[in-house]
Amino acid sequence: MKKLVILGAGTAGTMMLNKLHETLDRNEWQLTIVDQFETHYYQPGFLFIPFGIYNKKDVVKPKRDFFPKGAEVIVSEIDKIEPDQNRVLLKNNTVLNYDLLIIATGAKVKPEETEGMVSDLWHKNIFDFYTIEGATALANFFKYWEGGKLVLNITEMPIKCPVAPLEFVFLADSYFTERGIRDKVDIHFVTTLPGAFTKPKASSILGDILTKKNIHLTSDFNIARVDNENKKIVSWDEMEVPFDVLVTIPTNMGDDVIARSGMGDELQFVPTDKHTLRADNYDNIFVIGDATNLPSSKAGSVAHFEADILLENILSAIDGRELKAKFDGHANCYIESGFGKGILIDFNYDTEPLPGKFPLPGIGPFSLLEETKMNHYGKVMFRWMYWNLLLKGSELPIESHMSMAGKRA
Amino acid sequence: MATKEYAGKTVETTDDGYLINASDWNEEIAKEIAKEEGIEELNDRHMTVINFMREVFEKTGEGPSIRKLTKESGVPTKELYELFPKGPAKKAARIAGIPKPKGCI
Ligand SMILES: Cc1cc2nc3c(=O)[nH]c(=O)nc-3n(C[C@H](O)[C@H](O)[C@H](O)COP(=O)(O)OP(=O)(O)OC[C@H]3O[C@@H](n4cnc5c(N)ncnc54)[C@H](O)[C@@H]3O)c2cc1C
Repeated sequence: MKKLVILGAGTAGTMMLNKLHETLDRNEWQLTIVDQFETHYYQPGFLFIPFGIYNKKDVVKPKRDFFPKGAEVIVSEIDKIEPDQNRVLLKNNTVLNYDLLIIATGAKVKPEETEGMVSDLWHKNIFDFYTIEGATALANFFKYWEGGKLVLNITEMPIKCPVAPLEFVFLADSYFTERGIRDKVDIHFVTTLPGAFTKPKASSILGDILTKKNIHLTSDFNIARVDNENKKIVSWDEMEVPFDVLVTIPTNMGDDVIARSGMGDELQFVPTDKHTLRADNYDNIFVIGDATNLPSSKAGSVAHFEADILLENILSAIDGRELKAKFDGHANCYIESGFGKGILIDFNYDTEPLPGKFPLPGIGPFSLLEETKMNHYGKVMFRWMYWNLLLKGSELPIESHMSMAGKRA
Repeated sequence: MATKEYAGKTVETTDDGYLINASDWNEEIAKEIAKEEGIEELNDRHMTVINFMREVFEKTGEGPSIRKLTKESGVPTKELYELFPKGPAKKAARIAGIPKPKGCI
């Protein structure tokens, strides 16, 4: 029997396990997946927790509900990958040999990378919402908060779901308006980027929406440290922004196992061919999802589009053929914009998010880069699709490759 | 696209002033671009950063991130911002004659 091992059973790993289980000959291939946790978190749902729209039980399910029968599942922390020996060492002392390896260990936040972040004010006046602990602590804080300076800060790029910080301030505007204290809350979006978003068209349209919602924008701010005593964030060039509550998007990095294995770049992401998804330095290792160093968004929708490409290329690799399927960097993200509306963006490596219409057979069209109720329903629908279709590796009604249909250049 | 004259040499640049051909670059050109960026004199530390950026660019086809710069060039972040005030990655890339760093998505 040949062995295919998947590291990480999050969005991407679970999806690949289901696809490969359907496709590979089970008399020839043994499939094994490893993860340290038994609970699957729907991370896109973390955004809604601080505002009491979701609570913890809306975003968790047991991972085992999504594994196919017959796959070998190991619950253990992964200690080290030894690519030159074709094996993986687990913390529970198991050694896994493999013929093919898929790395899907994701990305996580590292607030301790910034001086003074995890200190006196951590989870008292400083929160993140990229972890379940941070999101629920912030929900408790907001419930009793009577207003003041709310600062959101993006530390460093890249981050998972690069639109989530914008969604956060849009929802904060909506939430504090509904609570009748919007006039007492000063919302300030402080980012390392040169504008509201990364790409010019989207950045200018989203920047206008910030202005319209009376959210203050400070760009090109590179945080050096947090001054806990005076409640300020300070940049490398000594600019200061005071806060009463700081919502940080900390540095995002690949898992420490990547560094322990000597396989990562300076952010512990694995150098990966951006079209074939094969690890740059190893022929029998593939990488998918947030764990890669691809210049694409780190998002569940991206992992889904990658999965179709990766399946095809793994089958080619097994047959000893050239890897023909090419990922184009396709991302499709719903941006919650508050008051029951949303915005949709759809883009890839070469085409920036553009305005226009996004056709979706049977359901659409959705409006691109425009606030509509329909786009909000798209986001709501995404959670259902995530649990019921995406994780199980089923087809979604969206093509893996981006299409120009409906877009206005 | 535009053309500009630096140190007696005509070079092609992007609209925001980055050299199109990294091979057009030399230290004299760097000095003149630095002046446009408000840096009167390029000292050894500036040159450490600039040479490191060119090295990474030659190897990978892309300039390094600030994190890679500080981790591998031996110049701490604080100093980097003192050497190239307001956005060291962009400024140093321009002076080093390599493309403007792509913001990631
Ligand atoms: C607040 C927030 C909002 C988001 N919103 C959206 C959205 O609206 N739309 C969208 O498409 N995406 C969104 N995302 C992004 C999306 O959740 C991720 O891109 C996606 O989950 C990536 O999947 P992955 O499999 O690469 O990583 P993950 O799903 O994070 O899985 C990685 C897995 O690897 C395991 N692992 C890692 N290291 C080890 C180890 N050493 N040993 C054992 N196990 C290990 C982890 O336990 C985990 O289960 C959002 C993310 C956040 C945080």
